[in-house]
Amino acid sequence: MASLIHCPHCGVRPKEEFSIRGDASLVRPDPEASDEAWHDYVHIRSNPRGRYREHWQHVAGCRRWLVVERDTFTHEVFSVTDGAATAREAGR
Amino acid sequence: MRYSAFSIVKNALSGNVNWKPAWRQPEPKPFYDVIIVGGGGHGLATAYYLAREFGLKNIAVLEKNYLGSGNVGRNTTIVRSNYMLPGNEPFYEFSMKLWEGMEQDLNYNAMLSQRGVINLYHNDGQRDAYIRRGNAMWMEGVPAELLDRAALKKMLPFLNFAHARFPIMGGLLQKRGGTARHDAVAWGYARAADRLGVDLIQNCEVTGIRREHGVVTGVETSKGFIGCGKLGLAAAGNTSRVGEMAGLKLPIESHVLQAFVTEGLKPAIDHVITYGAGHFYISQSDKGGLVFGAEIDGYNSYAQRGNLATVEHVMEEGVTMIPGLSRVRVLRSWGGVMDMSMDGSPIISQTPIDNLYLNCGWCYGGFKATPASGWCFAHLIAKNETHPVARFLRLDRFERGYPIDEHGAGPQPNLH
Amino acid sequence: MTAYRLTSGGLVDRGANLDFKFDGKTLTGLSGDTLASALLANDRLLVGRSFKYHRPRGIVTAGASEPNALVTIGKGASTDPNTKATVAELYAGLDARSQNRWPSLKYDFGAVNGLLSPFLGAGFYYKTFMWPAAFWEKVYEPIIRRAAGLGRVVLERDPEAYEKCWAHCDLLVVGSGPTGLMAALVAGRAGLRVILADEDFRLGGSLLAETTRIDGVSAQAFAEASLAELRSLPNVTIMPRTTVFGWYDDNVFGAVERVQKHVAMPQAKLPVERLWRIAAKRALLATGAEERPLVFGGNDKPGVMMAGAMRTYANRFGVAAGRSVAIFSNGSAGYQAAHDLAAQGVEIAAIIDSRSDVADVAPAGVRLIQSGSVIDTQGRQRVSGIVVERSGFEETIACDAIGMSGGWNPVIHLACQRGAKAVWSPELQTFLAPDVGNGLVVAGSAAGRYTLVGCLADGAQKAAAIAADLGFSAPAEAMPVVEEDIDPSFTALWYSPGAKAKAFIDFQNDVHVRDIGLALREGFGHVEHAKRYTTNGMATDQGKLSGINATGLLAAMQGISPADVGTTTFRPFYTPVTLGALAGTSRDEHAAPVRKSPLHGWAQKNGAVFVDSGLWYRPAYFARSGEKTWRESTDREVRNVRENVGLCDVSTLGKIEIFGPDAAEFLNRIYCNAFLKLPVGKARYGLMLREDGMVYDDGTTSRLSSEHFFMTTTTALAGGVMSHMEYCAQVLWPDLRVRFCSSTDQWAQMAIAGPKARLVVQALVEDDISDAAFPFLAAGIVALKGGLKARLFRISFSGELAYELAVPAGSGEAVADAIMEEGRAHGICAYGLEALNVLRMEKGHVTHAEFDGRVTPDDAGFGRMVSAQKPDFIGKRLSTRYGLTAADRMQMVGLKPVEADQHIRAGAHLLREGAKPSTLNDQGYVSSACFSPTLGHDIALAFLKSGRERYGERIVVWDKLAGADVVAEVCNPVFVDPGNAKLNV
Repeated sequence: MASLIHCPHCGVRPKEEFSIRGDASLVRPDPEASDEAWHDYVHIRSNPRGRYREHWQHVAGCRRWLVVERDTFTHEVFSVTDGAATAREAGR
Repeated sequence: MRYSAFSIVKNALSGNVNWKPAWRQPEPKPFYDVIIVGGGGHGLATAYYLAREFGLKNIAVLEKNYLGSGNVGRNTTIVRSNYMLPGNEPFYEFSMKLWEGMEQDLNYNAMLSQRGVINLYHNDGQRDAYIRRGNAMWMEGVPAELLDRAALKKMLPFLNFAHARFPIMGGLLQKRGGTARHDAVAWGYARAADRLGVDLIQNCEVTGIRREHGVVTGVETSKGFIGCGKLGLAAAGNTSRVGEMAGLKLPIESHVLQAFVTEGLKPAIDHVITYGAGHFYISQSDKGGLVFGAEIDGYNSYAQRGNLATVEHVMEEGVTMIPGLSRVRVLRSWGGVMDMSMDGSPIISQTPIDNLYLNCGWCYGGFKATPASGWCFAHLIAKNETHPVARFLRLDRFERGYPIDEHGAGPQPNLH
Repeated sequence: MTAYRLTSGGLVDRGANLDFKFDGKTLTGLSGDTLASALLANDRLLVGRSFKYHRPRGIVTAGASEPNALVTIGKGASTDPNTKATVAELYAGLDARSQNRWPSLKYDFGAVNGLLSPFLGAGFYYKTFMWPAAFWEKVYEPIIRRAAGLGRVVLERDPEAYEKCWAHCDLLVVGSGPTGLMAALVAGRAGLRVILADEDFRLGGSLLAETTRIDGVSAQAFAEASLAELRSLPNVTIMPRTTVFGWYDDNVFGAVERVQKHVAMPQAKLPVERLWRIAAKRALLATGAEERPLVFGGNDKPGVMMAGAMRTYANRFGVAAGRSVAIFSNGSAGYQAAHDLAAQGVEIAAIIDSRSDVADVAPAGVRLIQSGSVIDTQGRQRVSGIVVERSGFEETIACDAIGMSGGWNPVIHLACQRGAKAVWSPELQTFLAPDVGNGLVVAGSAAGRYTLVGCLADGAQKAAAIAADLGFSAPAEAMPVVEEDIDPSFTALWYSPGAKAKAFIDFQNDVHVRDIGLALREGFGHVEHAKRYTTNGMATDQGKLSGINATGLLAAMQGISPADVGTTTFRPFYTPVTLGALAGTSRDEHAAPVRKSPLHGWAQKNGAVFVDSGLWYRPAYFARSGEKTWRESTDREVRNVRENVGLCDVSTLGKIEIFGPDAAEFLNRIYCNAFLKLPVGKARYGLMLREDGMVYDDGTTSRLSSEHFFMTTTTALAGGVMSHMEYCAQVLWPDLRVRFCSSTDQWAQMAIAGPKARLVVQALVEDDISDAAFPFLAAGIVALKGGLKARLFRISFSGELAYELAVPAGSGEAVADAIMEEGRAHGICAYGLEALNVLRMEKGHVTHAEFDGRVTPDDAGFGRMVSAQKPDFIGKRLSTRYGLTAADRMQMVGLKPVEADQHIRAGAHLLREGAKPSTLNDQGYVSSACFSPTLGHDIALAFLKSGRERYGERIVVWDKLAGADVVAEVCNPVFVDPGNAKLNV
């Protein structure tokens, strides 16, 4: 992926309008969490071959952070959702 | 069969029908003292040095596809040792020296061509950073030169001096840098390792890592179980997947980097040149094709292919740096899967598992590192201690707070 | 005389002669010709030299797979090397030159390589050139480089224009032959938005060379009628001269349209090439099939051509490839060519068929040799005969051209670009496209349906299915009636046995059968190894002709099926694309947008010399008459700021407005220092870390009201900080009630610095800005005289009494003018980035030269600023890692040369006195350095191991790159006014 991203706010837009940060499954630990939990959060990546959730920002559009769920081998995109909504659902 | 002037003539006169296979096609033995996973440049070099430098006898390299089918056969062939940080520079210079002796060492011509690598700079800040880098190179005894605009103009008159959006102010030159014939590096190491008795087993995919009492006892493969005393992983691009078989959690993301070659042209560009206002780099192969690339596509990917948006961006940078490239036709693009580490630097390291060793995280600099990576990894596996030039490349450097971050971009792999 | 123009026929305009040049000689062709057909019409058989052995070569194909007929077209900066004559549309004045020969095409010195060929087999480079050791690079390689390559590139600026576009459609049809035309018609009639793209300048594909009749009219007339209908449909776009070169994610196709490559003088208002990104809901690949060459001894001489190409030249271009043509075939296509040529009056010397007991019928009176094998050809620079072997008997048959037909390879390139492997079809003896999902469907000959009836039906059916799938209804239609159709079946022949000369597989790269044998013998039998070892398929045609035969040979030599050998990997580009087309308009000065500050005009008026700063142009210094160097101007500006007052444009700093009840809490979390209790009306320096504990950016943030903050960032990271904050607010803490927006472009911001700054600013501001009323770090909204509301901040980068004044961008220049006017009496000057940089270094302030992404707050002397009280902020936890707190980390210090007239350069490294330079002994580096006009000598900021403990130590500033060592004293990095007396006045 991806030549085109279906932004939930702006519609189908070309990849050039987005920037990519990385793994969207990471959850920022509590301040009191262990050193290991913090190290894992900042440095360790599951890096799967297959289904993966990734943070993209629509920098040249609505500027929302999006969660793009896609396949890292076929590049098929399964869903694009708003990052804040996803974060709230996850109870962060 | 040793290659010599004599063997060339003798074979030519006998119709070239007596050449022997460059390596055997052995079936795996039940047990090896050392198994290396990954028959690319690094894995083959590791096996070769294990046998030659460290005297090990019972070694196998397992390759899921054909020898050299990974990134050693799909890079832009650049060799250099122009790094800035003390964690990197001695390692890459060690590699450079091994490159310089490789043909004689392996009795194989990998066509090392020290044409000079020039990094362009476009503003004062970049110039200062290159001065810092050049002096860091000299600290390690590596010659570097700072070229001003006038010197560059003379040397590379085809650069965009008249109409650049970001004017070219000068460049940092490492004369010893250059290119090598990538496939030949893999073949040269493979042939030399084979001659020392290493079993190179192709079409043998590792599907599992067997552990008993906390140590690795062998690997499950598409050709059955193979036992081993020590296991070295040199499967860059797929490190996370292989590491997962041993339960390793790694600071690695897989990204796709595209590269390109043009139609063959008469010699026009002598050096390796990198663009300072972007990521573009270019050189011309001995066959005449201009070989170039720029940045990664930016998203995690295991697909060995990239996107059109990145293709366009690479061409934009290329034409901006060398306007005369506009009418040259690009022939082929391809993508390699890179192990991108959290600081942009590689890992040659012990792991939490005693007899499991890791060689990964080469980002897009793995080719030039091939000989030193092999040597240092072999050193680590054979002696269970780190080679001095690779002592900073430990896996635990992230936890301990010793990143080797040449770009200063922090723990976001797609920024390196 | 061999090839010639037929007296009639063909889709060329016999009334329109076009003069062109080949190797300096003027020749004449016709409108509708390609360069190749025109060269043939002029009997120019020898058109190129091969890559390695420099063998004479002629035209082999009539299309995009041409390996031999590569020429250089054009002059000067408009030179196009490696252009395929077979697809180059002829125009009057076309100037073509042959390549890879010296001194001439006819007498090429490089042909000596052919004599050395026993030494130059596959992989010879790797075994040789190693003795003596130094000779490879000094002697051998330069020779190889000179001999290699094809055309010559002129590395000058391209005078012509390019552009890029997006296109969207329901169905993209690639190829306008019978399959593509029918598909486009069916889909177009059903109402789909259709794009029909074809690489040729004339649409119709194979129909242009057909002699059969469809629906009672000629194939050409049928094609024309179909195109006329398509043109009449508003939902159909026809794109000739457009090559679809790549298939990318989400069914986006890359295509390049050659808008003006076929004209002598391109119009300036149009691009010469246009890149299309076609977002297609569905695509139908109707790319046809490529005729397979036969591998036989001497098969590379000029005059040996694909039989189908001979048909095309005869039927479409009205050109006979020879007067006496021998056909070597393993299937019926060869007979078809023989019939068509014979019908045009060309003598068929013989048909040699590798098969026996065939049903195909030779033209009347033509000799047919079944079970024949071609073992050699005669002639040097053109064919004069063919040596045939049958049942052990050899025979030479005179001829002046040889047509070869080895069967068919569907053109499946695009379908295989995304990782799917081609599938061997034992029935069709070729590789077919795999199922790649419903985004891309392959039809017609490209799907192995070679008959004309099959193509028409397949195109129609698949288009109808796509239409239905997309919710359109395609009415069932009667299929066109084809009068005479042939089934071009064949029996695969990988190698014609008994070769007495080299039998070539890859014509351009000179790979012949023995090379493949050698590769196999040496262990390079994997199809990818064989390719890489022999270079088969690596030429400009990327194996379009050679790939299948290499696979077939590798299979035959090992006694296995081609299915077990497979193909090499198909990758973009289907045919080579210019970098210019892919780059489009983004080049030269337009490579990136230009940002100009609202004070750009003010700076220009004041004599600014501008410098790039990211996308911005910023004033570097303001040259006055008599000043000869940037240093003179800078030194004056610095002195003036220290003594009087100066005005500097700081509008490029990133500016972010932050609102909300939780704005303070938000800032408290993204800065490492405390912001919760920042009072309204105050500014505070803030340090932002990355999560790994390294400094990311710095700036000042002011509280304008309890729920409104105004942040500035560095120029370089304005965008990055904004994205980072958006990430924190949206993803990390979505429940915080905070909103923000960038206002970088909305404010003109200027620093007024110097002991007389207040005098100048007060003259413009209604409010009281005395030290008591508006002390250091005060911030607020003020009224300018005349009523304009502005933001005023008492902050200082220079170390002087200073204000930053922000006014709406549109008023910026007027306000700056007013300040200069008011300041004149106080000796005000405009100052630029250079002076700004010197001033901040003198004060020990940092920029991204110091904060290079590897520096902690403590490294830069901000350790105490990092809040220990705050429970959490970005970067808190990983800041405590061992390596980030180690005692031997490099810390920021000042340096001054022990001898005041010596110079220090940023980028120099530091060594203990007497220490040998080595990475181990490296003590640090200089991050910034300048001449300080205030102190009268160089000063520097540097990072030195345990530096803060080492004030007073003498250290060597080692700049080997400049060949200079300077001894300097380590000191506090604040060189000017360490007690901040100047700030609080």
